[in-house]
Amino acid sequence: MKSIRREEVRRLLKEGAQLVEVLPHEEYEEEHIAGAINIPLKELNRKTAMQLDRSRPVIVYCDDYQ
Amino acid sequence: MGFERVYDYEDGKRDWSSFGLPREGRIAEQPSGGDVARADVPTCLLSDDLSAVRRRIRESGWETCIVVNDYRVVLGRLGSKAIASDDDESVEEAMTEGPSTVRPSIGLDALLKRMQSKNLNSLLVTTPDGKLVGLVFRSQAEERLNPSTS
Repeated sequence: MKSIRREEVRRLLKEGAQLVEVLPHEEYEEEHIAGAINIPLKELNRKTAMQLDRSRPVIVYCDDYQ
Repeated sequence: MGFERVYDYEDGKRDWSSFGLPREGRIAEQPSGGDVARADVPTCLLSDDLSAVRRRIRESGWETCIVVNDYRVVLGRLGSKAIASDDDESVEEAMTEGPSTVRPSIGLDALLKRMQSKNLNSLLVTTPDGKLVGLVFRSQAEERLNPSTS
């Protein structure tokens, strides 16, 4: 998986990319990037991934600077 | 899972919010420093003529001017004393270097507490790479958080 920076995220979003926050639901409810959906890492599987459009780029993210 | 274009935004949502970019959720609904920062705070460059800067600031009604470089990265601040003075000096000599800053994502209540504890009347908001977002006044933060008591 290719790592990208903020500006690349913004560019891809303009092109219709999908944002996925992989943190637990509580953290997503607290704050997330506008437009992101939530699929916690523990729940990420073929079934939960079906809500994503395979024809569009997918950007996953979690919390912050390590 | 058959996805061809998958990317990892490594710096994550803290990076995103620290640049004041759009967020949603409970925290995002609370006012932040970036929401109330006055982006119209006057600025000048190190190379500007200080007497001309002082004249411009006095005429504008402001009592401060933020010294930035060509990329709007904050280098210093001309405070009210530097603006009111008529000393023959350069912007660099008159400015206070490295003023305290906060990120746009800071909650307004936390920002107000910081200003109160440090007895500051205003505080600069910058992005993590030092670019000027604006200036928050303490009175403005108090008014926004406690509109009935201000």
